[in-house]
Order: sequence, then structure tokens, then C-alpha cells
Amino acid sequence: MISKSSSPVISPNVGPQIPTGDSGDVDLTDYVYDSKVEGNIIFTRVDAAINWMRKNSLWPMPMGLACCAIELMATASSRFDISRFGAEVMRFSPRQADVMIVSGTVTYKMALAVKRVWDQMPEPKWCIAMGACASSGGMYRSYATLQGIDRLIPVDVYISGCPPRPEALIDGLMKLQDKIGSEKSLMGLKADPEEKAVKGLEISR
Amino acid sequence: MSELVKKVQEHYGEYVISTKEFRGEHTVVIKNQALKAVMQYCRDHLNLEMLLDICSVDHEDVDPRFEMVYELSTLDDSKHLRIKVPISEDEEVATISDIWATADWHEREVYDMMGIKFTDHPNLKRILMWEGYPYHPLRKEFPLAGKPTDMPDVAFTGVAPMEGGPFVTSSSACDTVSAEPRAKGES
Repeated sequence: MISKSSSPVISPNVGPQIPTGDSGDVDLTDYVYDSKVEGNIIFTRVDAAINWMRKNSLWPMPMGLACCAIELMATASSRFDISRFGAEVMRFSPRQADVMIVSGTVTYKMALAVKRVWDQMPEPKWCIAMGACASSGGMYRSYATLQGIDRLIPVDVYISGCPPRPEALIDGLMKLQDKIGSEKSLMGLKADPEEKAVKGLEISR
Repeated sequence: MSELVKKVQEHYGEYVISTKEFRGEHTVVIKNQALKAVMQYCRDHLNLEMLLDICSVDHEDVDPRFEMVYELSTLDDSKHLRIKVPISEDEEVATISDIWATADWHEREVYDMMGIKFTDHPNLKRILMWEGYPYHPLRKEFPLAGKPTDMPDVAFTGVAPMEGGPFVTSSSACDTVSAEPRAKGES
């Protein structure tokens, strides 16, 4: 990635010079760090860079619906510290969130509200079903409980537990980070004809 | 017999169906038409100033089918009295929300879950399920897995997969292995 302040073109005259001694051997202690160039340039693929940025600044939408929300709050606290993974910015507005953490029992009365909040989140977005209830209805095999939030919205990571420990949530978050890291964020738009049809995107090759 | 039960019987003897004492808990079963008068009397003259809870029971094939249960207590928690009223399916119950304001939501819950109606209730609509939900889910004939409904833009329900359930723990089993939750195979 190239920051805005520096020129994307590297002049051969500005690049680091390797001075040669009298004997002709390379003296590595004289290897000059050129801050003008090296501090500002990273060579990578756009996909990798975009994914790297996305996965390390996931802003969660805390959809706390039951006791799992207590563990979600514990995960954000200092002992477990979800900010180590760049996901500490809990946004209570769906329009500023990347990942919805559905933590708790989704009742039928709440189900369409969860769906609505999900629909309001901007792409790209991910969903973590935290705990047994959000994943499958859990112990609530009943008339009042949605049997898993995946019946309404696509789920990326399921976390088992009733409720899961904060470590489990962090593990789930790391799994999601791995998943995001392997996504074809830009290449996918170009290569996948189905994706193009779905999103109505036209990108010429 | 407790002092409270005796006094209720003195004043409303003709409406008392039966009384019962079980491990220090006193219950008076009364007729539906006297419910409001008895409740008022309990609050004003027996110091039973607090309405702890209202619930309802569905006896399914017994006549009358339903039973209302009112739990009363004194403010210092020293005395308790349980009042029961048998209700047939087509009968309505007088609201006591004008005696205890807290009865308002309790009666709404009974209406929502069991379908018992309360005469003169100020706001008798569903409290847990949404307006328009067609069933009363705590009635005995309603399946645990639920029934499919759909109200667009409001809510929907589905049928939960029971997978051989419901899974029931046997608390009286002698060892933990046989006490573990087992499928009843009722689905």
C-alpha cells in the first residue's frame, strides 16, 4: 500500500544504495535506511491489503438478546480485551457496524427486528451466531423461539456453548478473521459472474 | 384452620366451594361470581394488601376446564392466602385490576397464554405474543413445537424440530445415568 503523502514511483536514484568498501565486500552496517521511501511503501496485493484492513478493524454490532450478551460484555472488558483483535468498537448503530454478533435467544417476536437491523448494516458485513440459542434455538424447542438465526440471515461463524466463554467468542472472532483474510474481496467482484449478477456490478476486464 | 380462611368463610360461606391446607399453605376455592367481593374484602379487612401473583391452570378434560389462582399476602409477609376460582371455557372472569393495579399485566398474560377473558379489563390485549397471533400457546392442546403462522412485517412462527423430544429429566431416578434427560418420543 502507498500512503497519500509519498509518490508511488520509485526513482532508482532515491532508493537505498549499497556502498562498497575498498575490498569490494558489502558492509551491511552501512546499509542506509531511506525513510523517504521505505517507511511509506509496502508491496502487496490489493485483495490482501483490503482484507487485512477489514479483518483487523471489525466493528461489532452487539445484538445482545439474552445471557450470552453478558459474556459478550465480558469479552469487551479488560480481562479478555477484544480490542487486541481490533474489534472493540461496539456500535449500537447498524450503519456503522461490520459484524453482527447475535448473542442470545432470538424469539419470533424479535426475529424480524434482528433481520431489519442486519439489513441496515452496510456491505461488507458478517454475522457471528454466538451460543446454542442463536445457532440452533438451543434448549428452546418451543413455539416462541426462532430455531437458529441462520433461518433469517447468513451466518459466517457459529460458536457453541451455553453461554460460550469469552475465549470461545474470541476464537470465533479469529476464525472470522481467517475467513475474511481468504475472501476475494476485489478479485471476486471481477471474476465471479454470479457475484456480478447479484450485486449488479459491471467491471470491465 | 387459619384465621383468614375462617373469616372468608364467615362472610362468604355460600360462595366457598372448598378450603384446603397443605404444609401451612391455605387455599380457598370460591365461585366465580363472588371473586371481586372476596378480593376486595381480603384487601380491606384481612390486611392482605399485596397481590403476589395471578396464574391460571388448564385441566383440559376436567369440567370446569380452567382454574384461576390468586396469591395474596400481607405487606410484612407474615400471612399468605391462595384463592382459586374454577372457570369453564365460555366463562369470563371479573377483572381485579381496579383493586390491585398490578393485576392489569397479570391478567393480560393469562389472556395471552390461556385465552381466559376478563370483564371490564381496561386494556385486554396480548402482552407476550403480538396482536394478531391466533393461538393461546399454554393451553394443553397446543403442541410444544408450535404452529406455523405468518403476519407479514410483524412476526412469524414455525414448528420447532423436536427430534424425538421433549427431553425430560427424571428427578426421582436413583442414579444420575437414568436421571439424565431422555426423549419422550412424543413428537
